[in-house]
Amino acid sequence: MDYVSNTNKERNLMLKEIGVEAVEEIFSSIPEKVRLDRELDVSGGMSELELKNHINELAEKNYSLDEYTSFLGAGAYDHYIPSIIDHLISRQEYYTAYTPYQAELSQGTLQAIYEYQSMIAELTGMDIANASLLDGGSAAAEAVLMAARVSRKNKVLLSSGLHPAYREVTKTYGSPKDLDFVEIGLEDSTTDLDELESQLDDEVAAIVVQYPNFYGSIEDLERIQEMKDKYKKALLIVVANPITLGTLTPPSEFGADIVAGEGQSLGNTVNYGGPYLGYLACKGDRKFMRQIPGRIAGATEDAEGNRGYVLTLQTREQHIRRAKATSNICTNEALNSTISTIYMATMGKQGLKEVADQSFKKAHYLADKINELDNFEVVNFDNFFHEFWLKSKKPINKLIAHLKQNKILGGINLSRFGEEKGLLLSVTEKRTKAEIDELVELMGEM
Amino acid sequence: MAERLIKDYSSPGRKGYSLPPLDVPDLELEEYVGNKYSRDELNFPEVSEVDVVRHYTALSELNYGVDSGIYPLGSCTMKYNPKRNEDIARLNKLSQIHPYQKEEDVQGSLEILYKLKDDLAEISGMDEMTLQPASGAHGEFTGLLIIKKYFEDKGIEKSKVIVPDSAHGTNPASAVMAGFDVVEIDSNEHGMIDIEKLKEAVDDDVAALMLTNPNTLGIFEKDISEIADIIHEAGGLLYYDGANLNAVMGYARPGDMDFDVLHLNLHKTFSTPHGGGGPGSGTVGVKEFLKPYLPRPVLSKKEDCYTWDYDSPKSIGKLHAFYGNYGVLIRAYSYIKTLGSEGLKKTTENAVLNANYMKNKLKEEFVLPFEENNLHEFVLSGVKQKEKGASTLNIAKRLLDYGQYAPTIYFPLVVKEAMMIEPTETENLDTLNKFIETLKTISKEIEENPEVVKNAPHNTSVRKLDEVKAAREPDLRW
Repeated sequence: MDYVSNTNKERNLMLKEIGVEAVEEIFSSIPEKVRLDRELDVSGGMSELELKNHINELAEKNYSLDEYTSFLGAGAYDHYIPSIIDHLISRQEYYTAYTPYQAELSQGTLQAIYEYQSMIAELTGMDIANASLLDGGSAAAEAVLMAARVSRKNKVLLSSGLHPAYREVTKTYGSPKDLDFVEIGLEDSTTDLDELESQLDDEVAAIVVQYPNFYGSIEDLERIQEMKDKYKKALLIVVANPITLGTLTPPSEFGADIVAGEGQSLGNTVNYGGPYLGYLACKGDRKFMRQIPGRIAGATEDAEGNRGYVLTLQTREQHIRRAKATSNICTNEALNSTISTIYMATMGKQGLKEVADQSFKKAHYLADKINELDNFEVVNFDNFFHEFWLKSKKPINKLIAHLKQNKILGGINLSRFGEEKGLLLSVTEKRTKAEIDELVELMGEM
Repeated sequence: MAERLIKDYSSPGRKGYSLPPLDVPDLELEEYVGNKYSRDELNFPEVSEVDVVRHYTALSELNYGVDSGIYPLGSCTMKYNPKRNEDIARLNKLSQIHPYQKEEDVQGSLEILYKLKDDLAEISGMDEMTLQPASGAHGEFTGLLIIKKYFEDKGIEKSKVIVPDSAHGTNPASAVMAGFDVVEIDSNEHGMIDIEKLKEAVDDDVAALMLTNPNTLGIFEKDISEIADIIHEAGGLLYYDGANLNAVMGYARPGDMDFDVLHLNLHKTFSTPHGGGGPGSGTVGVKEFLKPYLPRPVLSKKEDCYTWDYDSPKSIGKLHAFYGNYGVLIRAYSYIKTLGSEGLKKTTENAVLNANYMKNKLKEEFVLPFEENNLHEFVLSGVKQKEKGASTLNIAKRLLDYGQYAPTIYFPLVVKEAMMIEPTETENLDTLNKFIETLKTISKEIEENPEVVKNAPHNTSVRKLDEVKAAREPDLRW
């Protein structure tokens, strides 16, 4: 099966028009030396039915969240996704369109981006937002590179409360630049503020903290802001889970210069880690506007004075500036940002708050129950939002296996990140009291 | 007609969602986190489900997709996005899996990724692939970091990357992000790499040459073997920008052309939808000697079990928080299994046939700047029409009036008033002819009534938009 619709007759007609006997003649511009002298060794040629059977057979080997109750988080969250989202983004006009280069025939995509930028800016409390970056890790990394350009400094203080994978991506992005990364340790479950203070100096480009952090704890952004304000050039980058901003004070209130992170929780399926979307919002003065990476949509007027939308401030971008661009990013995560736009609109003023609120309360219900058990201790019992860090007297892997036998994915073993010991549990509004009670009961059996 | 903003549908108290009532004890956030961290207000729309559906349906109607008609953007390979791939990517068993589930829980998905990786390596002639990069530019950045790390590991200092003047803008931008200085070299009169200029530019400070082959003019660099020798003899590496792989699949492989590193745009050659600008996937392939530098983790197979291997001390690190754009990878696998080797080759053949047919039909009406054989795309110049008063931009806008999308314009930079046309294999003779006739009609209009072209578009939901105003008076949010 293939997707070529020309018949042999039509092909012959075209060959005649071109003036060649066979299509191979056109390929004669490829020197023989580098031409492939055999067929590719790629299986396939399946009909739709065969393909679906083949894929189903493979898919059967997976354990999906459809059959297992998940308490997994750490940057990928299982929130409820309203049905309308997939119906709307399955409209071909959204998903089969290209980047809106011809604005007049792409007003749908452009206005959706404008609405996305508006709601992300509102949610984070910042002045402006871009149209999306590749994922949370690369958004954190791009935020750091941007801060270095804005501040013209090169020391970057990374909180150990920042997702370990985001830290690694940020360091990869920063490796070719002359950046000096300093990791600030934890005190209990939040950034060690004494250590942070001792590392602050005039060379600091950015402080990067996560809110709530990797362990679910809320960083003391007020104190961090006070420390940062003593140094004129240093920027504060807050990596935030946007869902939690439904009820948490936006980072802008604590002097954040850039807020960036992963937008998956806003209506995107967990999808084994991608495609997700990075978001980036920042202050709106010119020096930020000149340095922000990625596409931006803006409102303007057409020749008759009607409102319309275009991609704008493009002199920052690679297709115009080439080697002098603020970033190399071209393709972003447009369809995922459209998903998030529709999600934010659907949930609206009350819904986003309710999702955050229920996640918070259910996570606390679980932590309260677990704390009553003998073998477990919630490390950050006094300070977490909807994710918490658990220490266990029982072997973690045994616990995870026991829960899985009972169709529960009971958290992430922190040993995979090689820094701290324990289990990271996340609770969303999707989990019911019955599911939580069952988890606690099974843990009690250990 | 314009569609109002979603916020303008808002009415206080209106709701478009429903959640089960809270079934655990209530708790005051404020008491727990204090006033300081408890949000006062979230100024989001208050709209009904019907409002949301109507609004985003109305917006979609202002768009144009591949299902609407021909989308001849050169270098973007806007081919048909098969529906079956969409269904497959949405299977619960494939999509409802968490990135931190244990490997033993997701063997089906890992097997798909592993097979995809092997197929892509075979198609491109490389030894190993990473699926982590989420876009073409991300792939370029990854590939260049691998090159950088390789030289560092060998204790060799190299600071330059050469790109031809016909290269995509991402090439120089990625090279700078990876810490290199960019040296741009001019093309020769045939639109190809100028061997003499290349020789002049190459010295032992050159880490890599980035090349698209066929290049952005659709022309195959016939001296590729000599180019590879020049770079390799100077101790540099050869990087392949896979944006144009649709021109050679099954006919030639970058690996056999002696490229050391490449990226493939799965959202081009392998039919995954562009989504209005993303998501994409820029998988990177390398030759054996560069394997140790690939991003972490590396997907490997031990006996009959697929695992993520994090133990790679020479790795450049991570480029993505998880494993890349998995959902895109599933679609690409589905595409490859549908086509198989025979279908892939037929795809290339027809992409090339379609482009050459169009070029032949249009080369009289417009200026064809390079006579060389082209493969899957070609570039015309609108200089003749420009003299008569309508620019390539005007022609592009006029195409929209006829319900067809415009080609890539003003690129590559080496051609004045460029129109870069790539029909892809999924267009048939009828849609090709319709596009050809439309371009000819517009050219005639320019002779007879240039104003109608200069003031285009007339039939779209908005008329020509003022980009200067947008940039001078930024209005980036409500």
